[in-house]
Amino acid sequence: MNIGSILWLVPLIPALGALVNGLRAAADPYGEKNKGITNAIAVGSTGLSAILATIVLFLYVSSGSRVPYKVLYYDWIPAGIGHVAGNLLSNFNVEMAFQIDPLSGTMLMIVTWVGFLIHIYATGYMAHEKGYTRFFTYLNLFMFMMLVLVLGANYGVMFVGWEGVGLCSYLLIGFYYDKNFAADAGKKAFLVNRIGDFGFVLGLFMIFNYFGTADYQKVFSLAASDPGRFAGPATAICLLLFVGACGKSAQIPLYIWLPDAMAGPTPVSALIHAATMVTAGVYMVVRSNVLFRLSPDAMFVVACVGAATAIFAATIGVAQNDIKKVLAYSTVSQLGFMFLAAGVGAFTAAIFHVMTHAFFKACLFLGAGSVIHGCSGEQDMRKMGGLRKFMPSTAKTMFIATLAIAGIPGLAGFFSKDEILGNAWGGSPLLWLVGIIAASFTAFYMFRLYYMTFRGEYRGHAGLGIEESEPAHKGEDLIGDHTHLDSGDQHAAAGHGHHAAHGHDPHESPGSMTGVLWILAALAVVGGYVGFPVGLFGGGETPFQRWLSPILLPIGANHYHFHEASKLLEITLMLISIAVGFGGWYLAKRWYSEDDAKSTYPATFVQRFPFLHQTVFNKYYVDEFYSATVIRLVMVVSLILSWIDKYIVDGIVNLVRHITVILGGEGSNLFDKYVVDGAVNGVAWTASRGSAALRKAQSGLVQNYALVMASGIVLLAVVYLFLKPA
Amino acid sequence: MDSQQLLSGIPMLVFFVIGTVAVASSILVVAMRNPVHSALFLLVTFMCVAALFIMQGAEFVGAVQVLVYAGGIMVLFLFVVMLINVRHLSDEKMLSPYGLAGIGIALVIFILFASMVRPGAYHDEVLRPDNLQRYGIHKHRKVTTADGRVVRRNVVKRSKRVGNSEAIGMLLYGDYVVPFEIASLFLLVGMVGAIVIGKRQLEGNQEEAIPAFMAKVVAEEKEVKEAMSA
Amino acid sequence: MPSTSAFLMLSGTIFCIGLAGVVMRRNMITVLMCIELMMNAVNINFIAFSYRLSSLEGQVFTIFIITVAAGEAAVGLAIIIQMYRLKNSINVDDSRELNG
Repeated sequence: MNIGSILWLVPLIPALGALVNGLRAAADPYGEKNKGITNAIAVGSTGLSAILATIVLFLYVSSGSRVPYKVLYYDWIPAGIGHVAGNLLSNFNVEMAFQIDPLSGTMLMIVTWVGFLIHIYATGYMAHEKGYTRFFTYLNLFMFMMLVLVLGANYGVMFVGWEGVGLCSYLLIGFYYDKNFAADAGKKAFLVNRIGDFGFVLGLFMIFNYFGTADYQKVFSLAASDPGRFAGPATAICLLLFVGACGKSAQIPLYIWLPDAMAGPTPVSALIHAATMVTAGVYMVVRSNVLFRLSPDAMFVVACVGAATAIFAATIGVAQNDIKKVLAYSTVSQLGFMFLAAGVGAFTAAIFHVMTHAFFKACLFLGAGSVIHGCSGEQDMRKMGGLRKFMPSTAKTMFIATLAIAGIPGLAGFFSKDEILGNAWGGSPLLWLVGIIAASFTAFYMFRLYYMTFRGEYRGHAGLGIEESEPAHKGEDLIGDHTHLDSGDQHAAAGHGHHAAHGHDPHESPGSMTGVLWILAALAVVGGYVGFPVGLFGGGETPFQRWLSPILLPIGANHYHFHEASKLLEITLMLISIAVGFGGWYLAKRWYSEDDAKSTYPATFVQRFPFLHQTVFNKYYVDEFYSATVIRLVMVVSLILSWIDKYIVDGIVNLVRHITVILGGEGSNLFDKYVVDGAVNGVAWTASRGSAALRKAQSGLVQNYALVMASGIVLLAVVYLFLKPA
Repeated sequence: MDSQQLLSGIPMLVFFVIGTVAVASSILVVAMRNPVHSALFLLVTFMCVAALFIMQGAEFVGAVQVLVYAGGIMVLFLFVVMLINVRHLSDEKMLSPYGLAGIGIALVIFILFASMVRPGAYHDEVLRPDNLQRYGIHKHRKVTTADGRVVRRNVVKRSKRVGNSEAIGMLLYGDYVVPFEIASLFLLVGMVGAIVIGKRQLEGNQEEAIPAFMAKVVAEEKEVKEAMSA
Repeated sequence: MPSTSAFLMLSGTIFCIGLAGVVMRRNMITVLMCIELMMNAVNINFIAFSYRLSSLEGQVFTIFIITVAAGEAAVGLAIIIQMYRLKNSINVDDSRELNG
């Protein structure tokens, strides 16, 4: 059995699933019938794809080779021979080819298996929803597109997947399309992603132009063979590609779509907006690591944007009350960590964090979904509390995942985050400082989420007057946050009426959901040991680094230097990050835990620093900033034009009238009658005749159009025959 | 003038006669007031064009021209003319508002044509008339080009002299099989489209109108049945 | 044998007559007939060059053009019938709803 003969089946099987379920959804739009068949097709195709992916990876690993294994299916765009920059003659051709190497193998495992688990979860979570089959159609289509993105052997194929996952994201965010905020959030995600994709496409064209090919191996070997020549273009290419990554992976300044994307169903948030799609940007940057390493400037930009996003989103996460919003900002922040790692040259650490983050963030999102499911659609953490009693499995798994993300030693998040922070110190101690502050915030808001949700007393029955405490919504806010409290799934609205019989008491979710939670929690515990820092015990590279090392092609002297920290320093940094993790935990426990349910700390803090709290609570007014700048700019330009029309154009007309009146008042009636009226009437007459003449161009008569066409042909023929330059 | 010269002049003569008839009848297509007359002159033009095709070694296309145009499309035209049955034709204006402009633009384009059509403006003659009655069996071969690259080329392995129809058939079902199938799909779509467009739009549960004589027959049958049962 | 130029001139003449007819006539059926005339003129061109270059490709293309002409005539005539039902007229200038 060779890899090529099964590799293409890996993406194709989910595509077939999407096709079949799509036809079924078209036949039965509300998806009320035969949910078992939908489940079998959707979950079965994803599971089969995951198994095949595992076989492919097993074959690749057992072959012993670590060079990329490329499978060419057919020539997709054979554009022929042409000149590229520097008069290099190139036979440009984009192939429909897949490639398996350690990097795409890792992503393949994450995407297929996490996707499979989330499919299983979704069968429980979406059980009462309308459009059940449609949901799984989109989800399978997403799996297909994501696998194309990950497996593609050149930038062209990657771009197909890149746009495809964007489309699926849009479809799934707007899944509850009859709700305005969901449709708006979908549009926002789509538009913001377009900005990023624009940069990505430009980067793609620059790669075509400078390398004459889009194939990863050819581009990278060319770049590595002549670093001096390609260093200049590499900066431009990398910055453009990074704009694309910013859009897809929600980095400053294009992160604004991700929190709103929580309007989609929770399994979607877990799969697309936490575990897989949003890490596509990280994958792309790591995939292009050769180009990035040629350009220290671009690397610096990546690191700074990553660090800034990490701390920015982490601070916003502290003040949110919507359980999914907290997780959304947490995702943005963690993605910032990944870019920070890539920016300081620790590409393997970035992918390592992608992997561990997929485990614990999927677990957290699915746990949040379980909570929302159990609380009949409630998402406000202030109306939760004490849920540990009602849903023990969810509470335990969420606790494990929280430990993991907070960086408590022994769990997955600790290893990856510690590796990133250690490398950040190598880049610049300032980057490390920003990272460690962001990490402390992470620990704080995650334990805050845990304590507010699962400890203390259940506050769901008591009306807390929460609506009054919300800041007033600004009606004119154009791209502001429409999804504030009412965001997220319409889970309560969509068929959870039966919960009324339970007297509104929260309840544990079905086994299909908790089982998945337990698996992911287990992964969040053990997943980090592939990157166990054996270096501290004299072991050199971690196993994960050794596995991924073939993707880091050696390049010449003129490249980014990766600073290796000394062992003592590394241990110190690790101790600090452990301390910070526990510190955040302790603070959150003090402020929000059960012993002190009526804790006054948060309130006191808000009272003492009202400005700070308001700023953070309102997400630094970024949406307001955009609506005040970008959108206002358009409005202002329109206003200026309207002003010009009103005062200058109309002014001239009025001036003519004034002159007429004055001349008339002077008594020159004759002049008035013949010259001025004549002029005015002449203007009117000209306009009327002119428009009458122009109107005839649109006679509606077919023969008139035919005549014009024929005249055009004559014109072109005359130009071609007689006026052609020799 | 010997007989040889006389014979060589015959195709020329035939061309001029047929061409004159074709041009004249196509002018009459445009000039006739009654569409039935136009259609009949169109038929004459088609026949002349078919004859020209055959003169140029395209027997099969000539046959298709007669069968499809004269046999199919013309009948369709006549059907529609009968169906519409415009009675008040004689008192209607025949020309559109662009009558003169049409003649003008046609003349200009004709002049452009005439200025383009001159010997030497197009590819040299390839005088191998029996190529029109021959098909080649192609084969991919590796060929070394002048600059040393090895490419795969379509090489004619051997060719066979057959009739024009057979040669075209081999070409249509060989090299041109995909366009040929697409053309058949096109015809299918056109057929479905014509049916859909031409269908009488029925309102709600209104039934297809029954011609008067049919209605009479149905009513009589009903009466007879009632009488029988009574 | 008459030269290729002679055939081309003939085809050009018929094409221009067809074009003039398309622009001039009010009767839609006649307009459609003139379009058929133009297509035939094109066919003559193809056949003439097929003979000149001793290549069958021109004849194959002619067959495709005849196919397209047949489809076009069928759909066009269906449209004319429907228009006659709608407006009780088949004059081109009676349907000018798209005017400015």
